[in-house]
Amino acid sequence: MRMKDIPLSAWIGIIGILLAFFLAIFAPLIAPYGEREVVGEIWEQMSSQYLLGTDNLGRDLLSRMIYGARTTLFVALAASVLSFSIGIFLSFTAAVTRGIVDQVLSRFNDLMMSVPTLIFALVVLAVLPQNIWILITVMAVLDSTRVFRLGRAVALDVAVMEFVEAARLRGEGSMWIIFREILPNTLSPLLAEFGLRFAFSILFLSTLSFLGLGIQPPAADWGGMVKDNKDGIIFGIPAALIPGGAIAALAICVNLVVDWLLRRTSSLKGGRGDA
Amino acid sequence: MPDDTKLLSVKDLKIGATIYPPGEDPQDIGIVHGVSFDLEKGKVLGLIGESGAGKSTIGLASMAYGRGGIRITGGEVLLNGEDILKLSKSGVRKLRGAKVCYVAQSAAAAFNPAHKLGDQVIEASLKHGLMTKEEARKRALYLFQVLGLPNPETFGDRFPHQVSGGQLQRAMTAMALCPNPELIVFDEPTTALDVTTQIDVLAAIKHAIEETDTAALYITHDLAVVAQISDDIMVLRNGHMVEYGTAQQIIEAPKEEYTRALVNVREMKKAEAQDQSDVILSVDHVSASYGGHFKVLHDVSLTLARGQTLAIVGESGSGKSTLARVITGLLPLTEGTVSFNGEVLPPALKQRSRDHLRRIQLIYQMADTAMNPRQTVGEIIGRPLTFYEGLRGKAKRARINELLEAIEMGDGFYDRYPAELSGGQKQRVAIARALAARPDLILCDEPTSALDPLVAEGILKLLMKLQKETQVSYVFITHDIAIVRAIADSIAVMLQGKVQRFGPKSKVLAPPFDDYTDLLLKSVPEMEIGWLERVLETRKMESAGN
Amino acid sequence: MTDSDTDKLPALLGFPKRYPFLTLILQRLGLSVILLFAVSVLIFAGVEALPGDFASTYLGQSATPQAVANIRQDLGLDRPVTTRYFEWLGGALHGDFGTSWASKQSVTEQIGRRLGNSLFLAFFAAIISVPLAVGLGMLAVFYRNRFPDRLINVISLAAISLPEFFIGYLLILFFSVNLGIATFPATVYDTMSFGERLSAIALPTATLVLVVLAHMMRMTRAAILSVMSSAYMETAELKGLSAFNAIVKHAAPNAIAPIVNVVALNLAYLVVGVVVVEVVFVYPGMGQYMVDAVTVRDMPVVQACGLIFAAFYILLNMLADIIAIAANPRLRHPR
Repeated sequence: MRMKDIPLSAWIGIIGILLAFFLAIFAPLIAPYGEREVVGEIWEQMSSQYLLGTDNLGRDLLSRMIYGARTTLFVALAASVLSFSIGIFLSFTAAVTRGIVDQVLSRFNDLMMSVPTLIFALVVLAVLPQNIWILITVMAVLDSTRVFRLGRAVALDVAVMEFVEAARLRGEGSMWIIFREILPNTLSPLLAEFGLRFAFSILFLSTLSFLGLGIQPPAADWGGMVKDNKDGIIFGIPAALIPGGAIAALAICVNLVVDWLLRRTSSLKGGRGDA
Repeated sequence: MPDDTKLLSVKDLKIGATIYPPGEDPQDIGIVHGVSFDLEKGKVLGLIGESGAGKSTIGLASMAYGRGGIRITGGEVLLNGEDILKLSKSGVRKLRGAKVCYVAQSAAAAFNPAHKLGDQVIEASLKHGLMTKEEARKRALYLFQVLGLPNPETFGDRFPHQVSGGQLQRAMTAMALCPNPELIVFDEPTTALDVTTQIDVLAAIKHAIEETDTAALYITHDLAVVAQISDDIMVLRNGHMVEYGTAQQIIEAPKEEYTRALVNVREMKKAEAQDQSDVILSVDHVSASYGGHFKVLHDVSLTLARGQTLAIVGESGSGKSTLARVITGLLPLTEGTVSFNGEVLPPALKQRSRDHLRRIQLIYQMADTAMNPRQTVGEIIGRPLTFYEGLRGKAKRARINELLEAIEMGDGFYDRYPAELSGGQKQRVAIARALAARPDLILCDEPTSALDPLVAEGILKLLMKLQKETQVSYVFITHDIAIVRAIADSIAVMLQGKVQRFGPKSKVLAPPFDDYTDLLLKSVPEMEIGWLERVLETRKMESAGN
Repeated sequence: MTDSDTDKLPALLGFPKRYPFLTLILQRLGLSVILLFAVSVLIFAGVEALPGDFASTYLGQSATPQAVANIRQDLGLDRPVTTRYFEWLGGALHGDFGTSWASKQSVTEQIGRRLGNSLFLAFFAAIISVPLAVGLGMLAVFYRNRFPDRLINVISLAAISLPEFFIGYLLILFFSVNLGIATFPATVYDTMSFGERLSAIALPTATLVLVVLAHMMRMTRAAILSVMSSAYMETAELKGLSAFNAIVKHAAPNAIAPIVNVVALNLAYLVVGVVVVEVVFVYPGMGQYMVDAVTVRDMPVVQACGLIFAAFYILLNMLADIIAIAANPRLRHPR
């Protein structure tokens, strides 16, 4: 693949994501003030001192945005990596072993998916103690049902191909079949799915935080910052819209990259026309 | 001056398309490079060629239609003296479905699943205002009768999924004939059918176009089929005309070397091995079923001698591929035994030793799906070497080269991916992968049926050469009697999961025949003008005799 | 096995063969009932099995052992799990969801009014977004790969990336704060006239529409495109049918099923959207009620709301499945 094959839209997405990660990694160096430091009046206007103004407690909004990138990206990324690992491991196991293992896993997955993710999360978070690792685990487990469904479908598509049968006939073991025959042929759709799951995790985390069930204050995260500053809206203070816009922008960036990945996958499958 | 008798006149037709190779700039390519021909009223012109010859593209161009990104870039298509390529959109619409109609290869996909067959058959006639609903229905009924469809009165009330493939293909012909068109384009109408069905559909089509005095373009890759139905034949290759003449001349006195090769493609014959006593594979009273209920093999028994070829012949659903799966252990048998080298094989794949697996190799029909697209030719052929013999490094590379030489491809293909190979090359690589295991037996599951005739012949010759060199035995599964003649020492004819007839080639292919073998043998088109009439005549006499 | 049994058996086995359509629909219905039952177990048992004792959480700082024991007895937590589950399920089937821990009032009564409000909101969001989504989807197909299609693609890609609350606050800032033409918060009460209610839900409805529209439109486009690329559409074109005729007669009957399916799936998505939108607009519906209950750990309310949301979701998914089955000519007209 060459650089010039990447379309402009995907470039925008890649640059946006890199920028967010840059902010997150170097937050203490970049942020002008501390994460929890009260520096001024409540909801001060944008100024040269406070580039984005201050929030509902008089903390610097820009600094909180930068630290918020850290929390939001870390939790969303951790949740998608975990959900992906669980989903892919279980789905590939189901697709390769088939039989009773597949049946049990698939039926249980159907059951989990028959409750909307957010509703399920609300029920579970109502009981569990509030803690960042529990939050990540709940998000990951709920999301892994989607990964499982796609992973199983993709793996089954490949597993019924004759070259996999040929490997079985040769006497190859399950590990060879999964890692050498199936996985290389499913990388493209799985990569796109990972992107989708990451975008979904960002939105999901933000929604939970917005509802007061995600990241707990005073830690900064973008969804929680919308919640903190939402009362300002009535007075025409846009402080809540800045973190909201950041969430949207990041999700758009991820989706732009995913869109390109998906189109690349389908053009590989499409092949030549019939002459 | 338009000639009265000329219905269709194609002059210097050029067709191109834009392709989008992944990772490269779009390219304009030519598909048809200046083809000309004439078709008189009521005559049939056969367009023949291998895949990529541009024959379907030319057929559709005579309806001013191009699939996907295909464009007509030059030349004229005159229908009754009028250039249809210059017509307006509505002019073209008035033409299609009224004066020119189309019969597709897959009628199953070409019919709308949501409407009754009868309504679809008469739709074009009504839309173009050619007849009233009553008249159209009458004509459809007449055509159903002419085409020999069962219960013609109620046939039109059925939905596409309720009738068989052969019947759908005939219904599609009725749909094309219904508006009384001047020209019908048949695009490989019998290719997807079994031979015994093909002959019926072919006879029905021939009868119907004679009866209605319609002209036709008949597109196919099978010269023997087109010989039965055409007045003239044009041979195409890579978008160029190779030879154009009467059917008689093309079949009996081809001028071009390529045409001669196509005509003689079925001439290959193998002398039958006399001694068939050294048995390597013995299948005894084997039955098998899918999911424990649906029985697909019933009490199958046959044997194969070392270094020889057993051809298993049958149509779709006869259980011939299932038998191969039982021999490999992919589908464990439920009754009977499979013995190999005098030893009874465990029924299931998992119970077999690595040596059992090594000695029996399988070659698939579709080489495309049988090779991992993410592995190079070297990796594909090299894996069995490492897996069975533990070969690595230079020794492995040397053996791979040896195998590449054996399949007549050479070292240059070592780093290629399957997608970069032609159909025939892919099948050769699949053969090399099987050979790499140094097997005693190779099961060939229709390895040539997806290939063009000349390429297929090359594969068959290669297989025979390899048998001579390595004394490997073949079980060759096919639906094609011509291939059986070319390669077999012994033959098993299968029907509905049972062996109908088994023995040395000379005995199986000699009378007295059972009914099915007789039907099968008589249904295979021969490279001979008038073959179809002759067969139909004998059939009539036989049924009169009964 | 007696003779009469063996006689009956083929007749029983013959039913699915003779009525594959009816059989499949009955299967779907049965499956949904089982699923709903399993979900109720999941919601109830999930809450029970997870760590964290309600009673101690409920009391917070003042949790002396004696107080915890009293509370447990009060709430009936000292009885066996299975007994409580079947009491709960039995009650739920009769529309009785018990008493709220927080307000000590009947959960059913409180849910009743709020469910109506939520359905009111979702209903208007649905009747606006469905025709709009289908229309835009068709437009995108009609101008496939040309400017309008690309524009719709880019905008909808952006729209599916926007969190619901962001759209909501953007609309509030613009329409009610800056322009002052819409009301916020979207409070509704019993004495309001129908017109007043409509104006109150204008912004929440608009937010919900925007949220579902993009998904629905993208899926509609894909569904129509797959029908348009079928071989029978080529047949129609080669019969000389005009594009309009071909679409009405040949594409529509085959496209309706996938489109209705898409619609049903996305209406199920409204279930989730409604929760966030109600919180944003302080709208007295089920979603807000549930979120409040989760914050104070009012388990009877959380369980009741969870079950009702899940039931709607399962119902809509079942409808989508049944419509897909009903539209398949192979099943409607067996051989």
